[in-house]
Amino acid sequence: MMSFVSYLVNGLSLGSIYALIALGYTMVYGIAKMLNFAHGDIIMVGGYAALITMATTWCPVWLAIVIAVVVCTVLGVVIEKVAYKPLRGAPPLAVLITAIGVSYLLQNVALLTQTANPKTFTSIAAGAPPFLLVFEGKAPLFFTAAADSPYGDLKPVLTISMETFLAIVVSIVIMVLLTLFINKTKAGKAMLACSEDKGAAQLMGINVNGTITLTFAIGSALAAVAAVLMCSTYPQITPYTGSMPGIKAFVAAVFGGIGSIPGAMIGGVLLGVIEQLSKAYISSQLSDAIVFLVLIIVLVVRPTGILGRKINEKV
Amino acid sequence: MSMLEIQDLEVYYGAINAIKGISFNVEQGEIIALIGANGAGKTTILHTITGLVAAKHGSIRFNDKELTKTPAHKIVSMGMAHVPEGRRVFAQLSVYENLMLGAYTRKDKAEINESIERVYERFPRLKERRSQSAGTLSGGEQQMLAMGRALMSKPSIILMDEPSMGLSPLYVSEIFDIIQEINKSGTTVLLVEQNAKKALSIANRAYVLETGNIALSGDAHELMDNEQVKKAYLGE
Repeated sequence: MMSFVSYLVNGLSLGSIYALIALGYTMVYGIAKMLNFAHGDIIMVGGYAALITMATTWCPVWLAIVIAVVVCTVLGVVIEKVAYKPLRGAPPLAVLITAIGVSYLLQNVALLTQTANPKTFTSIAAGAPPFLLVFEGKAPLFFTAAADSPYGDLKPVLTISMETFLAIVVSIVIMVLLTLFINKTKAGKAMLACSEDKGAAQLMGINVNGTITLTFAIGSALAAVAAVLMCSTYPQITPYTGSMPGIKAFVAAVFGGIGSIPGAMIGGVLLGVIEQLSKAYISSQLSDAIVFLVLIIVLVVRPTGILGRKINEKV
Repeated sequence: MSMLEIQDLEVYYGAINAIKGISFNVEQGEIIALIGANGAGKTTILHTITGLVAAKHGSIRFNDKELTKTPAHKIVSMGMAHVPEGRRVFAQLSVYENLMLGAYTRKDKAEINESIERVYERFPRLKERRSQSAGTLSGGEQQMLAMGRALMSKPSIILMDEPSMGLSPLYVSEIFDIIQEINKSGTTVLLVEQNAKKALSIANRAYVLETGNIALSGDAHELMDNEQVKKAYLGE
């Protein structure tokens, strides 16, 4: 029973990271109507940015995270301006191929500058004690972060690492903030308006290009946070680190209904849980196959994803 | 000087010449109707004025400022609102949110609230449905919302594209009454309509478009008696 809870918590943690990445995919799709396949590689850049800054002696962890976020935000905006903006109005296939090209470009620049050898990422929570769950007789559950258990011989039934815990908490906070931003601020409303009808949005006085830039900036900043959380949990980084989580997060976004923000959150979390549980109970080699199988089933049953809306084209 | 002055306007869609060098003007306080058959270029003209489509040649001057080089999102704050064809309300947002987006370029919150109250007064049904999402409204209600949303920018001129399209006869009369009211309260109206009879009955002057050219123009009531217009557009 407790091992199930443990898998579940790990799944939630991984899923929260997927959700953060999926938000970037889904927001960009919702507003620019394009799949930014370079999004996964922005995670990788964020990981290296944090790794390099943390390796210096002067840089505290919090500053390394801020630097990673800034680097990714700037990178996302520059990519949009240089690679995608000139193609606005071009056929979707041209934009898609460009995105794949940007993805390879980022990977190869990383290969050149960082080499293909995996580097060890120092967790942002390195040295922090895990949370332990202890049953004391019939008393309620206790969480303790102490390394030396005051419960003596009592063995913890569940251990949650600080990284796992942080991934869940940070993701929840970010998703709440993002939801508030979208629904309560003028810029957020402008994003919703642009995602529905760019022409009508312009007639309201909304700067559509500015809104698209803002969307890329937010998506890339979220990718940087996801990068730090992910590399802390799975402490290794290579130039290809971003591609698989990127694809999984894309699956999560489609799963939840591409273009839908709550959909990306639900899709990401579900995907993480499915992946961890299938690793634990079915086969760790097959877990990716199962993830994609679930995607296929969901799309057969509900082609728009869990929360996706059918787009009615009015003539 | 006219409020809105269009000169030698030419618009292309790829190789297709949609507007072939037309000129017309709108004076302050008027209702001007642009009538004509499907494909005559009525909607294209409005889209070119508000910057959704680029002009190939010619000038559009609004209060003596050139609009052809102005980005679309900067035009609304110059005092020009556009109620697009097919209404194009934000279906997933509420009626209230749609109206607030109409005031996107305005800053003063107290004044915005005042405007919203005035829109609710003019369209009581929008007030009843303010928290409902716009997609659930009927066609007529959506038209009212699109007009209310345009009024939220406090325009000095409002461009309306086929406001009667797809509405029941009862709603059509109501919408045309409202257009007249809006005009009486000081807003200039440039009206594009296929319902030529209705449009001519409320307009001061009108222009008749035929495949990208102005075929006829003049006083709206005189045009109503014009044999050519009667035959082609009034079905008499």
